[in-house]
Amino acid sequence: MRERPLWAVTDNQSLTTVFTMDRRDFLIRLAKAGAMVGGAAAMGLILHDPKGPSAPATPPPTRLPDFSVGQAGQKIAIVTGSDRIKTVDAAIEALGGMGSFVKKADRVLIKVNAAFASPPSLCATTNPVLLAEVVRLCFLAGAASVAVTDNPINDPESCFSLTGIGEAAKSAGAELILPSESLFTNITAPGSTLIRDWPVFTGPIEKATKLIGIAPVKDHHRSGASMAMKNWYGFMGGRRNIFHQNIHTFIKDLAVMIKPTLVILDGTSSMVSNGPTGGSISDLKETDTMIASTDQVAADSAGALLLGKTPKDLPYILKAQQAGVGTSDFESLHPIRISTG
Amino acid sequence: MRITIVRRIAQGFFFALFLWFCICATQGQSFWRLRGWPVNWFLQLDPLVALSTALTTKTLYAGLIWAVATIGLTAVLGRFFCGWVCPFGALHHLFGWIGSHARTVREKIALNQYNKNQRIKYYVLLALLVPTFAGSFLKLDGVASSTLLGGFLDPIPLLYRSINFLILPLADSSAHFVFAAQRHYDLAWLTALVFFSAILLNLAIPRFYCRFVCPLGALFGLIGRYSLWRIGKKEAECSRCGICSARCEGACDPQGSIRISECLLCMNCLDTCKDNLPGYSTSRSAGGEIVSPDLSKRGFVTTALCAAAAVPLLRLDGRLGKNYDAALIRPPGSLAEPDFLDRCLRCGQCARVCPTNVIEPDGFRDGIEGLWTPRLNMRAGTSGCQKNCTLCGHICPTAAIRPLSLDEKLGLGKFRKAGPIRIGTAFVDRGRCLPWAMNKPCIVCQENCPVSPKAIYVKESYALVRDGVLEVANVSGTTVSVVKPALKAHHFDTGDYFLSLVAGGVSEKRRILSNSKDSFTLESALSQDRASAPGGKFLLLIRLQAPVVDPERCVGCGVCEHECPVSGQRAIRVSAEGESRSRKHSLLLD
Repeated sequence: MRERPLWAVTDNQSLTTVFTMDRRDFLIRLAKAGAMVGGAAAMGLILHDPKGPSAPATPPPTRLPDFSVGQAGQKIAIVTGSDRIKTVDAAIEALGGMGSFVKKADRVLIKVNAAFASPPSLCATTNPVLLAEVVRLCFLAGAASVAVTDNPINDPESCFSLTGIGEAAKSAGAELILPSESLFTNITAPGSTLIRDWPVFTGPIEKATKLIGIAPVKDHHRSGASMAMKNWYGFMGGRRNIFHQNIHTFIKDLAVMIKPTLVILDGTSSMVSNGPTGGSISDLKETDTMIASTDQVAADSAGALLLGKTPKDLPYILKAQQAGVGTSDFESLHPIRISTG
Repeated sequence: MRITIVRRIAQGFFFALFLWFCICATQGQSFWRLRGWPVNWFLQLDPLVALSTALTTKTLYAGLIWAVATIGLTAVLGRFFCGWVCPFGALHHLFGWIGSHARTVREKIALNQYNKNQRIKYYVLLALLVPTFAGSFLKLDGVASSTLLGGFLDPIPLLYRSINFLILPLADSSAHFVFAAQRHYDLAWLTALVFFSAILLNLAIPRFYCRFVCPLGALFGLIGRYSLWRIGKKEAECSRCGICSARCEGACDPQGSIRISECLLCMNCLDTCKDNLPGYSTSRSAGGEIVSPDLSKRGFVTTALCAAAAVPLLRLDGRLGKNYDAALIRPPGSLAEPDFLDRCLRCGQCARVCPTNVIEPDGFRDGIEGLWTPRLNMRAGTSGCQKNCTLCGHICPTAAIRPLSLDEKLGLGKFRKAGPIRIGTAFVDRGRCLPWAMNKPCIVCQENCPVSPKAIYVKESYALVRDGVLEVANVSGTTVSVVKPALKAHHFDTGDYFLSLVAGGVSEKRRILSNSKDSFTLESALSQDRASAPGGKFLLLIRLQAPVVDPERCVGCGVCEHECPVSGQRAIRVSAEGESRSRKHSLLLD
């Protein structure tokens, strides 16, 4: 009896090649098919997820590093004068000199206000001359590196270039850190009802050992004033504008979350109207004051006066005081008052 | 050195130069930023750009005069641009070479024979040129006379567009060498489809685009017909081996009667002929020449008529009139729409240079004519149209966007009387705005308005909170207890809530500092006698500042729209009413 062909396969060589049952061939195929079945079963078991995705989890509360220098205590210096280099030098000197804040090998992070792409003459952003001087003082005190950063409102590159901050930072030897997605981490701030699972500009913060905030004094319609505490808004990422719905609580939460080494509040030319963008020289008033403090609440309380306001007019100041960030009664810190003429 | 090696070096050089100009077109201080590099040079060399804008505008704008040099050289040398300079041509050359690598010499020769369909590119040229002037002969009511369509298929704008909208944003997305942040451009799929189709067709037929589609090549073919120097055989008789066609880029039949208008001057035939018969000289080919493209009268007339009909056809939708698209915001300095469409090449240079990535290519929303033209998408990018920036108008190679001075843009100096350039007007959508619609404080738009004095001001009011009429149990000093304890603890301590006592026809308001489940702590005490008066009502109020746009100040920059926290459809949006470029779109009387 002729063996019956079991199947036929076409290939290039001959039209039809007929295979017959053969033990060796069968065993090989059995092994391959078995591997296929086993592989599929194994992969299935490995990848099997009976529950499906769970509801998004809120990251556990994260405490950002505390940059304050314990022995420095609560101090404030209020220096009058129109030359920013002179006034800031005098203010820092009055607080014990930069050396009492920045030690050898410290990596200093300076948080400027570079929110808008506008020239330094309009004072909507941190003054570049002031920044360069502070960077110089940091290096003089022995800082290993100084980084300057902000997450601006307008286009970041344009902001840093038009405000003169980028150039000032670089020529003073500081590194400029522009926001990029990889530098943000989602954070839940301890005790905050607002900062929950929200992108924060942690990249530069994590690398630093000291943090200095330098902010201009500006009118701000929603919160009343934009000064040292509001400046931390620039550490937030995402669609952070939704926090304007509860801005006072939010600024308080920022002040609780960020514990700086030092804040410098520049009231040389205060923006008294059309803030916080300004846009015209006529929005400015020469208030000739430079404030430096280890207490951000005290600094803002002193700064409020330059705008013709009192701490009582700014609910976030009282909230921050209540949260234990600092005192609104800056006179109780016996401010060191100097005039540089 | 062999002439073909010189040609390859030239192609490599010009392609690298082109890429360099693409990379340089970013504002900045470094030498490799916009520091006087002639980033538009290839567009300016392009005689199709020059010719078509000259036909639509009757002028030759600024650097477009460079095209005269290209035309002059082509008239003398032939299509040197295609074979030696064109960066798109270099790409086709490369991919055609890759595609032919595995082919036998016989196959290559067959593939590079003249194909009758090569005439198509002349019809393409005709179809793109006729609409630039056809309207002047047709008296058409309500449809403007001309439109510039050349940019769709002109290889130089096409390549600029593909690099600007596709290659650079993709290539730079992890390195961030050119852009600080990831760039986004709409319509990437279509840009990619056109670009990669053009490139990949080379694998089927070398120089596919150049041979069959390229309108610029067609124009060069016409200009180069009488060129003084030309490729040709030195002797009529040869072995007819056909090897000269094996690497012929233009498919111009160098072995027989050479088709001069198809020859790209690749010079490969000079290299391949064993008998050294082809040459580049002032004498005509001994093997005969076919100088003119083989167009049929019927094809010519049909194409011209169809193309002439295209302008009125494209504009029957009335978009240039009453039916204009109010969401189409053009860059500052853009000409009125008909004039804009007479000039825009769709090269994407304005979107490329825009520091905020707010300029993106328009899709199909404004018809075929709108395709790839610039529109501002305030939601995209990093921040609306930047106040102190006039880059788009300065890079625009055809002045579809006028080069504005900062004074003119902002309405300063001698432009004070004319006022600032407006690209539209912001409108508050009171149905979506948090303070207007939902009694939530916000005014982010007001905060970010860069105009001084601000174009957005606020209307302040105190709105009654839901279930905010309270019955009071006790008032002592700054503490007010309520009867029905239904308060969410700490909910009213944001600094925006107030308690108002209405009694005896007068009301007193106090800011709430904090609240528990059944009491409030106020900023200062209410007058005691009035508080204890019978029938007194307490109202729980929220202080609201609601944004209002001042159309006399608003320039339409869109920073407000970009920043609006209502992230989907924004609660404040810019639309084209009030744009400076069109009197017809005026909003105000003055």
